Amino acid sequence: MKVRIQRDGGMAEYAVAARASQTVLDVVTEIQREQAPDLAYRFACRVGMCGSCAMEVNGVARWTCRTHVSRVVGADGVLELRPLANLPVIRDLVTDMAPFFEKWSRAGGQFVPKDGVVPAEFAVVPPASPQRREADAGIECIGCGVCYASCDIVSWNADYLGPAAMNRAWTLVNDERDGARAGRLRAVAGDAGCHSCHSTQGCTERCPKGLDPSGAIAGLKRTIFWGLA
Amino acid sequence: MRDRRHPAYWGFVLHRASGVALALFLPLHFWALGQAIHGAAALDGFLRLVDHPLFTLAEWGLVVLLALHLAGGLRVMALEFLGWRHRQKDLVAASAGFAFGIGMMFLLHVG
Amino acid sequence: MRLWAIQRVTAAVLALAVAAHLATILYAVRGGLSAAEILGRTRGAEGWLLFYAVFALAAGLHGAVGLRNVAAEWLGWRGLRWDATWLAIGALTAALGIRAAWGLYHA
Ligand code: SF4
Ligand code: SF4
Ligand code: FES
Repeated sequence: MKVRIQRDGGMAEYAVAARASQTVLDVVTEIQREQAPDLAYRFACRVGMCGSCAMEVNGVARWTCRTHVSRVVGADGVLELRPLANLPVIRDLVTDMAPFFEKWSRAGGQFVPKDGVVPAEFAVVPPASPQRREADAGIECIGCGVCYASCDIVSWNADYLGPAAMNRAWTLVNDERDGARAGRLRAVAGDAGCHSCHSTQGCTERCPKGLDPSGAIAGLKRTIFWGLA
Repeated sequence: MRDRRHPAYWGFVLHRASGVALALFLPLHFWALGQAIHGAAALDGFLRLVDHPLFTLAEWGLVVLLALHLAGGLRVMALEFLGWRHRQKDLVAASAGFAFGIGMMFLLHVG
Repeated sequence: MRLWAIQRVTAAVLALAVAAHLATILYAVRGGLSAAEILGRTRGAEGWLLFYAVFALAAGLHGAVGLRNVAAEWLGWRGLRWDATWLAIGALTAALGIRAAWGLYHA
């Protein structure tokens, strides 16, 4: 199998043997161990929990540790790997995730307990309540940045908060223990926030955890709209 | 190059293209109808001017774009206000089908 | 945010108006368009005047806000001054449309 990797100074080409149940991350690791020891890439858990291994695989952002080569390799037998789009490249396949997480805090991604203190007792939130369900639907985000790299608005507007940050904001808006709702809704309104999203669902289509940031952003729009009325 | 290979993205592209075309056409349309302010003769003069297969084709295009933008807009509103997240693929296809249907009806009627 | 609200409220109005408009078009083009036929429908008809005035207002604003978004994303035309410009363009377009509606009513 032919593997092309975007490296500093152009595309480098490698040949790697195809194996059964091989993941894209396996391929990168093999190249780094046996052919290019200076190849920079990132991973940690290798089981789809940490969110550090995302790259563009044949033009689509994916978590590479859970992506089987056989499912994504081109008809010509080529695997093309690039660093995640919409983020500054540090080296080779490693991007700087700082802007991505900085936007989480700008979107009000931190939980703020009501009245400023965490109560001594556990809060009881009925699992079947609609708000709890909305929050549940978005809570499994691993911060991989796949959605962020798949969103056009991020490329068109550098200030745009992006799907993951607003997905996080939406889970907190639905958290009945949270006390910062109004400020958060203000933070995600406007051109840098949910009102620039065109519901193209690139984020939802590509999120490896099957989350629906696009739907979360629609929820924010709805909440702000009816809050205004 | 972002990744754009999925139906809801094509829906967005069609919606934007038809929207821009319609928005640019709108002032023209109003200006033409504004001829009526100078009386029926002026309006008729204009209508005769554009009574040409080429213009009919353009009108057909506009009708299709309008139908497309309407259907696509309803899809977005359903997604955003009613929270219809699923089956968006089918809705994109349905909008295209709707526009096609209106286009056919226009052709049948204009003939 | 407020522009977004304008966009969705006008969209809701337009959804109904455009559906009616398409039906009218399909009905009206049978046998060709003529001024007599169009004016026969609209002259002195308050209902049509009101319909077209509301329609033109919504369409003018909706189109301008839409172009604003496209221009901001693709041409980088951002900021309050552009927003004001686009709103003015929208209002102007709407005025042109309302003038036409008045013409159809009054002619
Ligand atoms: S739905 Fe919104 S946030 Fe998601 S990819 Fe599309 S524009 Fe970006
Ligand atoms: S929402 Fe999905 S794609 Fe986006 S960062 Fe979280 S897990 Fe990754
Ligand atoms: S290495 Fe942790 S998610 Fe892929």
